[in-house]
Amino acid sequence: MPTTFLREARLKRQALFDLLFRNLTRVSAFGVLALLAAIIGSLVMGSMPAIGAFGFGFLVSSDWDPVNDQFGALIPIIGTLVTSGIALFIAIPVSFGIALFLTELAPRILRRPLGIAIELLAGIPSIIYGMWGLFVFAPLFADHFEPWINDHVGTMPMIGQYFSGPPMGIGMLTAGIILAIMVIPFIASVMRDVFDVVPTLLKESAYGLGATTWEVMWNVVLPYTKVGVAGGIMLGLGRALGETMAVTFVIGNAHELSKSLLMPGNSISSALANEFNEAVGDLYTSSLIELGLILFFITFVVLSIARYMLFKLGQREGKAS
Amino acid sequence: MNVMPNLYTRRRIINSIGLSVSVVAMLFGLFWLCWILLTLLDSGLPALAPMVFTHMTPPPGSSGGLLNAIAGSLMMTLVGTMIGTPIGILAGTYLGEFGQRGWLAPVTRFINDVLLSAPSIVIGLFVYEVYVVHVKHFSGWAGALALSIIVIPIVIRTTENMLRLVPTTLREAAAALGAPQWKIINFVTLRAARAGIITGVMLAIARISGETAPLLFTALNNQFWSSDMDRPMANLPVVIFQFAMSPYEDWQNLAWAGALLITFSVLTLNILARVLFRQSATTH
Repeated sequence: MPTTFLREARLKRQALFDLLFRNLTRVSAFGVLALLAAIIGSLVMGSMPAIGAFGFGFLVSSDWDPVNDQFGALIPIIGTLVTSGIALFIAIPVSFGIALFLTELAPRILRRPLGIAIELLAGIPSIIYGMWGLFVFAPLFADHFEPWINDHVGTMPMIGQYFSGPPMGIGMLTAGIILAIMVIPFIASVMRDVFDVVPTLLKESAYGLGATTWEVMWNVVLPYTKVGVAGGIMLGLGRALGETMAVTFVIGNAHELSKSLLMPGNSISSALANEFNEAVGDLYTSSLIELGLILFFITFVVLSIARYMLFKLGQREGKAS
Repeated sequence: MNVMPNLYTRRRIINSIGLSVSVVAMLFGLFWLCWILLTLLDSGLPALAPMVFTHMTPPPGSSGGLLNAIAGSLMMTLVGTMIGTPIGILAGTYLGEFGQRGWLAPVTRFINDVLLSAPSIVIGLFVYEVYVVHVKHFSGWAGALALSIIVIPIVIRTTENMLRLVPTTLREAAAALGAPQWKIINFVTLRAARAGIITGVMLAIARISGETAPLLFTALNNQFWSSDMDRPMANLPVVIFQFAMSPYEDWQNLAWAGALLITFSVLTLNILARVLFRQSATTH
């Protein structure tokens, strides 16, 4: 009798432990949601003074005048979007090439080391990109590329006005190029991973019909994975939008709206990095926090779309197998 | 008759152009990696004197080292990892082991994936708003807190992925022996996934040791030696930022030395994590 009693007590205790442990993990998972809510909540709270003072006009105003307490987000928003756009424009084709090389062309022994090398590019801290961009890349760019761009692209009709200006080395175009280098590894590794899920049977059928490697990539692999590829691109875009240090070093931090990409500008994150600690006055600080809120909102939407697309691809893969 | 060979040649030409462009893209990617690393070695190595490890950050125009910044970075990274890892592992365990039913797991997974790539500067702003504003001064704790928020999503992600790789038969075997669930998870599945989880933690450490943006508004900087986490704290990334942007050559040289230190420790951690994971993956 006492042994069964003991056994029952022990079982009960284990059930209690189970319950405790399960709820401990559940609370931690719930903490992630709470964290997101807290981030959004605190940013909204912090930007209330600016929202109250400027309303929706904040989004379309290009004022940035700390002396008279007039603030608007237009210039940093445009800077963030333009630099990220340039980054994607360069990074998408390059990433596609790298992913193609890693999945189809590279000899099997080289695939892993080369893949790691590309991922190491993502491991380099962003401040290093910034320093390197400012001290090494910008001077070279100013001496050798910007004069050429001015002479050849800057004189073209229509697009010329976007590519003319003094060759300073720093500016939106430089920031965009550095961002491109930073997001290439992200996009390339997602592309490589989604290319890897294409059933070998599909590819071999195409090869069997006499298709070339390029045709297999372009007509079989890419259509099959297009949702995932788009997801990877959005992921890269999310990275580019939020990138701070690298941009801060090379964008020039000028609160001016200029047509030319060679001119210095400002992005949301670099405005924050440069000005937040020096901001005096509630309205100034609050305007900067509202900038942060806008940035968080934009990246949140972009990253959500990215995840949704990658999720869709995963779902279809699940059905197929 | 001669349509066919033409079409065939055209396809072959397109193919070779496409493939050459792909090779060029690969070289393009490697080119930047090599260029950046060579620049770091070239500018960082001459500046990397023993003094860097024994002296404090100097005022402009005199020589000094980075000792306080290195120590501050190590301390904040350590504390940040120690706060973030347990929460991350627990939440990851929920997703991997209990998350088959209900709304919480899919929602958490989604939010976690978004947080994984959320702009780190916003996390700095968040900690500033909820912590620094209330205690009214910058501090090492605030910096560590910001870093831990970056650690959590990374650890959650790898923990869940690694738990999913553990074969269900292992769980069933343990359950058949009468083990309660908490024991199965703690002593069987988490243990089987250990190498992968450690890899994730190492990648998280690598990620936060180079983060600058979240520290700007939280730990700020400190020119002197300070081991008090409740005060503004020197750290390598912010010192690099400040010194590199300065017009003084001494400071810029120190910034290069710091950049070299950070990059190579981060890359070493990255490679180590991969090698470790590969070894454990092949032995299982």
